[in-house]
Amino acid sequence: MNKSQPEYDVVIVGSGAAGGMSAYALSCAGVRVLMLEAGRDYDPVSETPMFEMPEDAPLRGSSTPDKPFGYFDATVDGGWQVPGEPYSSAENTDFLWWRSRMLGGRTNHWGRISLRMGEYDFKPRSRDGLGADWPMTYADMAPYYDKTEALIGVYGSNEGLENTPDSSPGVLLKPPAPRADELLTERYCRDLGIPVVPCHLAILSEKQDYRRWPRELHPNNALGQRVTRDIMRARAACFFATPCGRGCSIGANFQSPTVLLPPALATGNLTIRTDAMVFEVSSNARGQADGVGYIDRVTGKQHHVRARVVILAASACESARIMLNSKSTAHPDGIGNASGLVGKYIMDTVGASLLGQIPMMENMPPHNADGASAMHMYMPWWLYQEQAKGQLDFARGYHIEFGGGRRMPQSGHFRSVEALNGGNYGAQLKQDCRRYFGSFINFSGRGEMIPNEDCYCTIDSDQKDKWGIPTLKFHWQWSDHELNQARHMQETFRTIIESMGGRVMGEVAKDGAQAIKKPGEIIHEVGGARMGERPETSVLNQYCQSWQVPNLFVTDGASFVSNADKNPTLSIMANAWRSADYLVQELRARNL
Amino acid sequence: MSKIIATDKPQAAGVSRRMALKALAAITAATQTAPLQVQAATESPPLSLARPGAGPTGTTTDPDLHAGIVPWSRSLSTPQLQSLETLCELILPADERSPSAADVGCHDFVDEWVSAPYPRQQRDRTVILDGLAWLDKKAEQQFSAAGFVALAATQQRSILDTICTPATAAEQSAAQFFSLLRALVCGAFFTSQEGLQDLEYIGNQPQATWSLPPQAVLQHLGLA
Repeated sequence: MNKSQPEYDVVIVGSGAAGGMSAYALSCAGVRVLMLEAGRDYDPVSETPMFEMPEDAPLRGSSTPDKPFGYFDATVDGGWQVPGEPYSSAENTDFLWWRSRMLGGRTNHWGRISLRMGEYDFKPRSRDGLGADWPMTYADMAPYYDKTEALIGVYGSNEGLENTPDSSPGVLLKPPAPRADELLTERYCRDLGIPVVPCHLAILSEKQDYRRWPRELHPNNALGQRVTRDIMRARAACFFATPCGRGCSIGANFQSPTVLLPPALATGNLTIRTDAMVFEVSSNARGQADGVGYIDRVTGKQHHVRARVVILAASACESARIMLNSKSTAHPDGIGNASGLVGKYIMDTVGASLLGQIPMMENMPPHNADGASAMHMYMPWWLYQEQAKGQLDFARGYHIEFGGGRRMPQSGHFRSVEALNGGNYGAQLKQDCRRYFGSFINFSGRGEMIPNEDCYCTIDSDQKDKWGIPTLKFHWQWSDHELNQARHMQETFRTIIESMGGRVMGEVAKDGAQAIKKPGEIIHEVGGARMGERPETSVLNQYCQSWQVPNLFVTDGASFVSNADKNPTLSIMANAWRSADYLVQELRARNL
Repeated sequence: MSKIIATDKPQAAGVSRRMALKALAAITAATQTAPLQVQAATESPPLSLARPGAGPTGTTTDPDLHAGIVPWSRSLSTPQLQSLETLCELILPADERSPSAADVGCHDFVDEWVSAPYPRQQRDRTVILDGLAWLDKKAEQQFSAAGFVALAATQQRSILDTICTPATAAEQSAAQFFSLLRALVCGAFFTSQEGLQDLEYIGNQPQATWSLPPQAVLQHLGLA
């Protein structure tokens, strides 16, 4: 190989939502891409346990330290801990970091909830003086939301609600009809003034229009059109069975390995190398990135690969870790970290939940409640006006995710019967289990966290992983905005449950600290290499490009400036596509 | 295709994996060949979603999810299992709708549970073993019997009646044991094929379309 001619135009670290989208968009544009994935190769078709029942798993599929979201969860070699790859927390911090070690990363098991950030969400500081603004507007992003939704397939509806953007006509797939518990909740929330509308999920409720979209997504690009048409034809529509968290062997929901990687590979422009654990971005004497160093997890050997451009898409904290570990004379504090902001302003989503038992739902006539596995309906944030008037003691909103009814019985479902009947056994207990099965609805709030200076990760000087790579240490402190919001969630759930004539299972948390889930627990960690208007106050420009190192991009959640209550994956993908279009322009203009 | 799409049949709960896979293959084939028929002959084939050659390494954090192998051995003694079998019979007895928890082997599931190497299950193991010993001790003290299993059913019930209601139970640790055991047995029973049929769970089988709940459900909820 000619030393002055790297084999690849771009090397991408990571294969999940960000890496997958970067690879798809770039390879369709004719860019030669190498993708490095730390985890193993993964076959969604042969490996996904589609129809297995709890009985087919050890411990009826219960959560264990080996499989924290249950046996059938798609996650490989991961969860809250990855074997041999520890992380640590500062005193008074209990940060949880979900990782996986597989092709496609966390897109294989994610919740598929795909909500657009709205106008307010891109300019939060301008609106209420807190946090920071994004360097772009909703209008800049809207075309990429349309494109991303059309490509991956998202069901939902346009409701015209405040800061809850509509998609362009024809983009969304039709939302599935509501389930019984969703209809009932909608009926009672109506009186409370809480909107219950179709949720947006990256699940094919119907086949995609493979004649229309390839032309619109890739105008004047025959290659992009062909591979996009061929992946849309390959994916089957949802058959309303089997849990999405296990992955989907027929490609009916969005996973990077079933939606983004096959068309990217079909362009002939993408090479994927799995078991490649990247530890640094290398740079030349001028400080430009010239490739990455990685460890082959099978042989344990170190390798280096050269490329004109490096894209980090390893997940927010992992990308920050790689940057902090990439020290050189030109970059003494880590590559792209002249501002000192790498690892800073990390955020998660505020989470709280409450279970309700609804007597009206006892002894319901048997019926199928599986649906699309995920939610058909949700409650978007509805108190923007009250918040603007200063009537609430927290600045940002939350949405409510809920579900219940006669879903697939799990072994833990019957623990709550004792709380309802006081504790019995024998014939009556059997009757009670039948009576209460399907009569529960769980409500979960997902709220915006405002970034603060006390939430950050650093390199832990005392610890290395089994590959010898220095690990991360997390620091965390919620502000009153998050704690008060979590308490408000609990009160809202109690109000909804009681309005339905239901009983709260367990206790309504009295204060926010008791109500709020642990930092990281919602698995929406973002920030750590935020975008911004200026190099002094941010790590990246609005195209996810490093201010100091123009041929270094970070397209994952690390680039997030704020963390609206809209689950981040859709925005990560829209952002990665926008970044890729810019990168292609820059490559063609020979600026990189 | 209509033949494999069951609607609201209770037998759906018992769908075997083989049946389901057959149905899946049929649906996938139907949805994937349809576009080909209207495309020109020059059309490229749909892309494959498969990555042949990839697969699990078989460790506990990356098991073969289809195999569902329990990688640890069961560890309870025969007398302990006999006690659990008796308790399963008492906790969820047979009736006209389904067999007993003992009939479907829930005591074996408790053995699988308390033999697992994880912290939660190891804690539960102590609770279960202490509880079984407590029952034997009670049997001896109250009825001079050689263990709980040796008692008549009425005598067994007279002991369980004192611990089945946590709010009023005199001996809280025994009540906690019974709460735990009851939860494990109910969870195991109602996720067994027999338990799913008892609950008339309908789901986990492919549907061609998805529609609103049946009218009877809407009426039940006052939404019709």
